[in-house]
Amino acid sequence: MLLFSVACVVIILSMTLSLFRAFIGPTVFDRILAVNVTGTLTVALIAVYGFLDGRPEFLDIALLYALINFVGTIAVSKYVKYRDLGHPIEGPDGGDV
Amino acid sequence: MLDFLDIMIGPLALADWLSWFFIISGSFFTVVGVIGIIRLPDVFSRMHGAGLVDTLGIMLILTGLMFQADEWIVVIKLFLILLFILFTSPSTTFALARAAIHGGVTPGPAVDEILDTPNNTPKKETDPSKT
Repeated sequence: MLLFSVACVVIILSMTLSLFRAFIGPTVFDRILAVNVTGTLTVALIAVYGFLDGRPEFLDIALLYALINFVGTIAVSKYVKYRDLGHPIEGPDGGDV
Repeated sequence: MLDFLDIMIGPLALADWLSWFFIISGSFFTVVGVIGIIRLPDVFSRMHGAGLVDTLGIMLILTGLMFQADEWIVVIKLFLILLFILFTSPSTTFALARAAIHGGVTPGPAVDEILDTPNNTPKKETDPSKT
């Protein structure tokens, strides 16, 4: 259908621009932000492609991808902040994230 | 599904009109948010573009897909994805902002860099005379 094709093209274009920022981003946080946005757009792309193909069962994969994207972004943020994924050994705690 | 969504208005049914409206609006906000990620000056303002993509863009696209579903379970799955993105997007932005501040990125210098452009140099020369 034309509607889903238009949505697919727009989402793929947006993912390309977002990956461009992940490539040129001056700090590591720009890259984390751009990869997070790319993952969120991937969720929408999987959902739209499921409707384009006539198989909405793809939504299960989209839901799983949203979960993995969230956990991955939090994990990379914490790793960049503490240089460790465990509990901070010394100094003030400052919370987990 | 619901009966009133099958009413024909012009060439398309009501559900198709609603899908077109929501998906085109969502695509517009997605493109605007990604352009913001490309163009804005530092990390904290780029998070604004990321939030625009996460909330308005993706949510409007998923809402538009809901009108094309054949079964109720598809609508429930789309609603779950939408609810999950609604909760995780602010959490991700919060964690990333704390990590960025902890990592030494300050919001200030980018503003000074904007003021240092050649268009604003007369403004900078008037500042020492006042003080």
